[in-house]
Amino acid sequence: MKAFTYQRADSVADAAAAAVKPGAKIIAGGTNLLDLMKLQVETPSNLIDISRLPLDKIEDAPDGGLRIGALVRNSDLAADSRVRQRYGVLSRALLAGASAQLRNKATTSGNLLQRTRCYYFYDITKPCNKRNPGSGCAALAGFNRIHAILGASEHCIATHPSDMAVAMRALDAGVETVNQAGDTKIIPIAEFHRLPGNTPEIETSLKPGEIITAVTLPPPPPGVQVYRKVRDRASYAFALVSVAAIVDSARGRIRSARLAFGGLAPKPWRSPQAEQKLANAAADTTSFDRAAAAVLEGARGYGGNDFKIPLTQRTLHSVLAETTRT
Amino acid sequence: MDKPESIIGLDTIEVTRRTVIETGTSALLLTALPRAAFAAGPAGDDGPAPTPVKVELQINGQPHSLVLDPRTTLLDALREHLALTGSKKGCDHGQCGACTVLIDGRRINSCLTLAVMHDGQPVTTIEGLAMDGNLHPMQAAFVEHDGFQCGYCTSGQICSAVGMLAESRQGMPSYVTGDLTQPAAELTDTEIRERMSGNICRCAAYPNIVAAIKQTAEMPT
Repeated sequence: MKAFTYQRADSVADAAAAAVKPGAKIIAGGTNLLDLMKLQVETPSNLIDISRLPLDKIEDAPDGGLRIGALVRNSDLAADSRVRQRYGVLSRALLAGASAQLRNKATTSGNLLQRTRCYYFYDITKPCNKRNPGSGCAALAGFNRIHAILGASEHCIATHPSDMAVAMRALDAGVETVNQAGDTKIIPIAEFHRLPGNTPEIETSLKPGEIITAVTLPPPPPGVQVYRKVRDRASYAFALVSVAAIVDSARGRIRSARLAFGGLAPKPWRSPQAEQKLANAAADTTSFDRAAAAVLEGARGYGGNDFKIPLTQRTLHSVLAETTRT
Repeated sequence: MDKPESIIGLDTIEVTRRTVIETGTSALLLTALPRAAFAAGPAGDDGPAPTPVKVELQINGQPHSLVLDPRTTLLDALREHLALTGSKKGCDHGQCGACTVLIDGRRINSCLTLAVMHDGQPVTTIEGLAMDGNLHPMQAAFVEHDGFQCGYCTSGQICSAVGMLAESRQGMPSYVTGDLTQPAAELTDTEIRERMSGNICRCAAYPNIVAAIKQTAEMPT
């Protein structure tokens, strides 16, 4: 680990002022950042500890939704009775991620900001455009079993590893931030994570010194909520494919559907085209096939991850069958 | 680092038999360890010399004042600076669970957190579970059910299991909990296995670990 100076922030403003400086990095739960610092993938010169700031509350919002403090632990969010009753897809997604020890430490904002688990990003002896822009992408012709089939570029085919963020994408969450000038805003989660293009090192729309203070959830949409995760082990493994689905149906007809995917793309992936195919459609295999084809339009494998294309198709079928069973 | 002793100021301390006896075990271990401790502490330290930080740790009810390189993980502080070697270093990347300790009663991976971040917070390690010379019920159950072979993962398994039972008794759900809208889930074998998936046992003593945890879970609290 490279040497750094450590400071504990006394306020969000204090943290934002410190974070705007070059070499500064915010630490909260630290479960991903410290891992990367040990491997010298991350080498901050100043570490700003925000873990004791009072951003750990889950509050009812006036619109009937929830406001989740940035420092709410993943375990506490998954166990919150309001989340379990009304946002089951989010509770399930959180419980599908990591281990209990990690969920006890990992925070809501840190989960959104976690880095890819691409092997080549983690190995500082290998080229990686995300870690070292311009050095190339070793995954393109390397071991790419866990890599993206949608939204990737010739510069980077890494996936976003979060389960939580996939459910939040289906729920149309907002990311509330404040900058060093004290300006607050809410970034729709659809615009929060960025596709790699030719700048895979830029992963979110956050600006230097901009701090996440909360995640907002609008009132839950009608329908059955499911989070399905397909992975190499039954527990404690990243998704090969995951689906967050909220499907409103009755008597064999789908009124509306929301579908977000993990394991497939550099960001939590939503498919409006597939949702359109399902709106006012019969809940049958023909509709499910059309939806899967819409999700996978433009999908591309890189050898090791070709299997994700049929796996996505079959997983979506299974999820749609489950959510429309009456 | 050229002179690690000077960073923690121990090269000025003269240790005599009398001061060792008078200052007690923790001071003895602290003064006996510094060189090895820093050598085995933060890895890859090829940057500028770090500014040391003061940390007050509350370990198993005992206060400990340390001056640490800020890179020191909680696990390294326990093992290398306080000689509490019950918590084990397996992978050092939060993947195996051998380093599991309890902070405010909640289980975490001590390898993936900095000691300085836990200033003033109560930490319980495997050394702090036994009371008045009696094993914690979870420790006794692991012995009774032979919940280990080589034993390297055991302290992490036991601390994790103690934290897991507390979570379960608070009604926290798991990935395999059938109905999330219900407050508590019964601790079936499937629930125990899912909730303990952050602790790897390379000897695969899992059936006996599950039996030990199940027995403890069924004991009156």
